[in-house]
Amino acid sequence: MSKLDKSDVEKIAFLARLGVDEQDIPEYATNLSNILDMVEQLDSVDTQGVRPMAHPLDAVQRLRADVVTESNDRENLQAHAPEVEQGLYLVPRVVE
Amino acid sequence: MQWEVVIGLEIHVQLSTKSKIFSGASTAYGAEPNTQACAVDLGLPGVLPVFNGEALKKSVMFGLAIGAQINERSVFDRKNYFYPDSPKAYQISQLYYPIVGEGFIDVDLEDGSQKRIGVTRAHMEEDAGKSLHESFHNQTGIDLNRAGTPLLEIVSEPDMRSAKEAVAYMRKIHSIVRYLGVSDGNMQEGSFRCDANVSLRPKGQKEFGTRAELKNINSFRFVEKAINVEIERQMDILESGGTVVQETRLYDADKNETRSMRSKEEANDYRYFPDPDLLPIVISAEEIEAIRSTLPELPDAKCARYMDTLALSEKDAKALTVDRDMADYYEAVQQAIGDAKMAANWILGDVAALNNKHAIEFKECPVSPEQLIGLLKRIQDNTISGKIAKEVFEAMYAGEGDADTIIDKKGLKQITDTGAIEAIIDEIIANNPSQVAEFQSGKDKLIGFFVGQVMKASKGKANPGQVNQLLQTKLKP
Repeated sequence: MSKLDKSDVEKIAFLARLGVDEQDIPEYATNLSNILDMVEQLDSVDTQGVRPMAHPLDAVQRLRADVVTESNDRENLQAHAPEVEQGLYLVPRVVE
Repeated sequence: MQWEVVIGLEIHVQLSTKSKIFSGASTAYGAEPNTQACAVDLGLPGVLPVFNGEALKKSVMFGLAIGAQINERSVFDRKNYFYPDSPKAYQISQLYYPIVGEGFIDVDLEDGSQKRIGVTRAHMEEDAGKSLHESFHNQTGIDLNRAGTPLLEIVSEPDMRSAKEAVAYMRKIHSIVRYLGVSDGNMQEGSFRCDANVSLRPKGQKEFGTRAELKNINSFRFVEKAINVEIERQMDILESGGTVVQETRLYDADKNETRSMRSKEEANDYRYFPDPDLLPIVISAEEIEAIRSTLPELPDAKCARYMDTLALSEKDAKALTVDRDMADYYEAVQQAIGDAKMAANWILGDVAALNNKHAIEFKECPVSPEQLIGLLKRIQDNTISGKIAKEVFEAMYAGEGDADTIIDKKGLKQITDTGAIEAIIDEIIANNPSQVAEFQSGKDKLIGFFVGQVMKASKGKANPGQVNQLLQTKLKP
């Protein structure tokens, strides 16, 4: 049985940049723990010699020819952005 | 305490495809911001990546060139992190099943010895966009033209023991990708970048010390300097009894120091998982062999051939083969004039010197191989002397036309008419009676003085061999 506590939930939420209400944390902790329990059950299966699955479809990636097919659509695409200047998308200041 | 330096490099090579790794947007450098960033590159809802087969082919070429195992099945994973230059909030990369497995390269060290450096792996991934922090009233401007550009990340084993070894390794990788044509290797434009993992351990200890990662170093010179200042920093900490913190550090070239960017333990939880938008990449053994058959002659093989069949010295052969453009130039000239040594001397000497002086790459050399051939043929047929040829070469470099035009225009044709040379010699002999007397009394070395005088009087145009011969006869008592 894995049991996530409050700090685990807070860390997961932080990594995913999700805002979580304090009052909802116990419920998330229970639900996430249940998911982990289910995954733990899978551990009992012998997977010796089984190749890890990369994709549920039994198919391989098709390759695209190296050809430029897109033309400049900046005006249209930037119409959806909250703020642009000199062709750049503006975002809150990021400081290293 | 005696410390041992341990260095591993991660080199990001931009693959020279026309379109991006997962979209049909152009990868051309220098376009107006965001004019080459389509819906896929922006990570808009509902878009799907479609993989560029050329990125696969170029990655396989590199793997084959370093004798690495090529994985017939490789898988793309999502590397999750939040930064506005990565609009999907993840980078598509390969963690568990990279395209290229273990390989190695042999690098030349300064003392002339060779060292084998292991390559752990190389994987394909997409590049991020660019953040511009200046002048947007406290906001950051984002240009996503570079987002989705195909990269091959080449990860070395921690096999290097000094900054010089690291630079030698980096140069060799640079040379190989340029030979293969899988990347233009342009460091100013960011097509070839390097992160260095540096740590120290007491000499003889097996375990590695704690490492710092130096990010995004974009020139060979800076790699060496950055690693050396980082070694000093860590040594100071360890010598004074402290501990090195595992973190990412940025090299500041102006101050020649490294400084902390962020500490690793909290930030780097990338939660990799296979990207459900992409199926496994599969390449057959036959396809791999077909790619192998397209590999060009690589620098080591070319160098060996120059030594074996062209009888060049190891030093010359190495110098000519580091840069593929230089080697191609050399071969064109050498084949046309049939004199391997003469071609090598000119290209490593006069041509390289002027290119260096003007900071010009070989592929942009203003004197074409055909023009140089035209010049060297005029030395071979005695139209001009080697000395005059240097003058003609400089004029060609300055764009004054081909060799014959310049020789004609400047009247540089060698004087081979015996009568004309004799006339000059007679005058020199008449004007220098005391030297003539000394020569005739056995001071043989003075022949150099007379040859010099004649050459000077003829403005370098007299044939030196003829001058020598005629002088010997005329000066006989």
